[in-house]
Amino acid sequence: MTPQSTFMICAPVRDGQLDSLRKLLAKMNTAKAVGHADPANKLVAFGRFERLHFARFTIIETKIADEIKAFGVTPRPWQSTLAFLGDCDGDKDSFLAELVAHAEPGLTKLFSFCVGFPDANSEGLLAWMKSHHVEPKASYVNWIGRTVKQVHEEAALHQSLSAYLQRIVDEVGRENTRELRQQLLSHVEMEKQAGRLILTPPTPTPCVWQVCNLLHKIGIPLLLLLVSPLLLLIAPFFAIRLRMLERSDPELFIRPDRKHIQTLSAQEDWDVTNQYSVFGDVKPGIFRRLTFEFILLLTHYAARHIYNHGFLARIKSIHFARWVFLDNDRRAFFASNYDGSHESYMDDFINKAGWGLNLTFSCAVGYPTTRWFIKEGAAREQAFKYTQRRHQIPTEVWYKAYPDLTATDLVRNSRIRQGVEIRPASDAKIREWLSLI
Amino acid sequence: MKNSSDFEFDDLQGLLRFGHGKLTDTCFMLLNIVDATAARQWLNSAPVSNAVETEILPKTALQIAFSAQGLQAIGVKDSVIEGFSDEFITGMSGDESRSRRLGDVDKNAPKKWLWGGNTAQIPHILLLLYALPSGIDSWRKTVQGKKFSKAFKVLSQLPTQYIGEIEPFGFADGFSQPSIDWQRQQSTDPHDRNGYSNVLAVGEVLLGYPNEYGQYTARPLINPIADKDAAILPNAEDVSGLKDFGRNGSYLVLRQLDQDVPGFWQFVAKAAGSDPEKRKQLAAAMVGRNIDGKPLVSTIVEDIPGIERTDNRNHFTYDADPVGHECPIGAHIRRTNPRTGDLPLGVTGFISRLKKILGFGESRHDEDLVASSRFHRLVRRARTYGPMLTPKDAIKPDAPTDERGLQFICLVANIARQFEFVQNAWAMSSKFNGLQQESDPLLGHRQPLMSGEVTDQFNQPTPAGPMQKTCPLPQFITVRGGGYFFMPGLRALKYLATLPSQGSDSTS
Repeated sequence: MTPQSTFMICAPVRDGQLDSLRKLLAKMNTAKAVGHADPANKLVAFGRFERLHFARFTIIETKIADEIKAFGVTPRPWQSTLAFLGDCDGDKDSFLAELVAHAEPGLTKLFSFCVGFPDANSEGLLAWMKSHHVEPKASYVNWIGRTVKQVHEEAALHQSLSAYLQRIVDEVGRENTRELRQQLLSHVEMEKQAGRLILTPPTPTPCVWQVCNLLHKIGIPLLLLLVSPLLLLIAPFFAIRLRMLERSDPELFIRPDRKHIQTLSAQEDWDVTNQYSVFGDVKPGIFRRLTFEFILLLTHYAARHIYNHGFLARIKSIHFARWVFLDNDRRAFFASNYDGSHESYMDDFINKAGWGLNLTFSCAVGYPTTRWFIKEGAAREQAFKYTQRRHQIPTEVWYKAYPDLTATDLVRNSRIRQGVEIRPASDAKIREWLSLI
Repeated sequence: MKNSSDFEFDDLQGLLRFGHGKLTDTCFMLLNIVDATAARQWLNSAPVSNAVETEILPKTALQIAFSAQGLQAIGVKDSVIEGFSDEFITGMSGDESRSRRLGDVDKNAPKKWLWGGNTAQIPHILLLLYALPSGIDSWRKTVQGKKFSKAFKVLSQLPTQYIGEIEPFGFADGFSQPSIDWQRQQSTDPHDRNGYSNVLAVGEVLLGYPNEYGQYTARPLINPIADKDAAILPNAEDVSGLKDFGRNGSYLVLRQLDQDVPGFWQFVAKAAGSDPEKRKQLAAAMVGRNIDGKPLVSTIVEDIPGIERTDNRNHFTYDADPVGHECPIGAHIRRTNPRTGDLPLGVTGFISRLKKILGFGESRHDEDLVASSRFHRLVRRARTYGPMLTPKDAIKPDAPTDERGLQFICLVANIARQFEFVQNAWAMSSKFNGLQQESDPLLGHRQPLMSGEVTDQFNQPTPAGPMQKTCPLPQFITVRGGGYFFMPGLRALKYLATLPSQGSDSTS
């Protein structure tokens, strides 16, 4: 199994360079769809990186930084920052090296808009990227271990089986499930031999990753167990303080600018999957910051060890997501790749996992008032939709390695493959397998 | 509020409560205001129908709705219009991104529409006239009165023609509607809403009332101190001291949908073969109901709030048919109202509830993809146009090709979450509920996805295993026009009628 990793290279953009940077980034996009990368673009030809699932360039700006004034706090200065982030198979460092090996001129051109990008004789591009890497506080992978290669191979398998099944179903007979399966299996064998289908077996899981994962899996609960007396002790104080803040935090019911929404939606609904980037302030005070950190620690744990095969609580439409702290943990950035339109993403979240939204976002400025941390919040639908759109930032360039495929498609295709490789236990299971094709 | 009679039905337009089903003679007009003063005078005496139930059925009805441009033209301040939703202000055709989302591309593209497709040509007013058979001409004269021709320019009269309680393909239509909770008795708390209910909060249809989230949808609220004329408006229920211009009003979504009736039945005949029974089955599978309206899934014995147990065309959910053996997942009525509750099936107590909330305990990868139907309901008030063509005649190669279709109308309080969501996420999406390569069998535009994956199939799951595939489906329904309107309450209409003249009067 090849685990996935994420990268995010962040650096402030030099004064006065934003417009030209934007223009350059726009050149990476296809003419067909606003904000969607041409996989073969000259700067970073994403399509040639077999390990890359998703990637994006976004300029992190604060157009609504003044909102924190409602808390009686002076906004901290923020210099617009170029962020290059993505999700890849295998470890991050070797992927970055691969990026540099194949796209150094393009990346150099892009990062040269950033403050402190090395001169010719200082550290190289790879070292610079690594030193500007920001580790997320929490990250979510829809299916840990599912590689880009696997996605493509399984999609091809599905297509091939689907077409072949149509050809033979009337002749063999719909009810003749075993015979149908036999013929489909021989078809796969033939196609494999002809080199038209490849089903690469999973590679062994890297030992280091396995050990680290196990340590993390046991370590966090152990740690929590260790400090649990302390946690229990502070729980009542935490609850009181939380309720006090929930009652006193200003609710910012501000409608987003229509132009802003149009800019965002112009980038959406071209593919079945969309990107989402949101940026804002962490609510002032140590209490909110530590709470936020703690929740994200738990979120990361849950994503890594519990929700790692197809669903995040009741949500099945997210491919990758990450929570990142920036500006000395004073600001938070969230990015995700989700299926369906923005409206359906938000409705799905509010209706199926509003409690989770409340936990993981209510420590950010502008979030609708919650009650006891998990109640209300997102269920204040309009306030929630306003604030998330207001804090959303456009993504200049977005790449997805498998357009037209949703997370549900990927799970289904994997199950189809499983049915090829492992004999279903009963006729009922064979019928179920056939129904997927 | 205990009795439904306590509801202020005298302040909302009748269409919100009644379909005016007996009034089969109709005239739908698109108007532009040419003289705002005359328009206000006409409006002041216009016999707009309210929603009070009368013992004797009325012989006529008049309803009126405004586009954002229309409100502006009659003299509403921009600051008030800004209180409406973005969708309404931008309009159905006003943003390419919206068109893409709604599936208004290719043959459906606004630039090909007969009306409303160009931001410069958005009609100001939609006037809906209803009368008993052959009564429409005299009703139209009565409605128009003296000031009408001075006030308005009739842009077009939308075609309408009564062909019975069916839509042009021949299927019984319009009888499945949410039951509005006028008494505000049903809880909106998710804890009480595990299963499907057909009872819908007033605030999902009318502005000014709590919606299914228990929240008030944003709408223009006016300070009566700054605007004296606003004194006649109802009070805002949620903000003291402000008047509610939206209360008892509703957004009206209108789409002129051209239906290729011969194309539909000839395709069905070709795909299903010569056996008439198989043809019926295929057409019924695409719709999700038999031609007489009988659903493909069985009615259930458990209660469904808001649906009479005796209503055998509606007393059903899809709970017992999770994979679609009885009614395909992609069938039109299953897409447009999946009849799901807030939680997946199988919640019996606290533990199982918690388990489901956390996403565990599912047996299939495509379970629980579509939940909480209650946030995406529409009150529909469509009327047909074009002459009747029976399926039998439609199959004939020389079938007449008159224009036929539906003036689709729905009434909602939140265009984005209700109409647009249903249209986009449920009807047009080729990935709805885990499906592959198929959008709504009736509404779909059949355009491939970005990288070429087709969307022109129709798949019927079968108990034997392999899906019954029908493809490629041609496009049966084409959008010919459309717009977002606001149908104000009666006091809001009076407010409009008494607006002061502005400098921009008597211009178009």
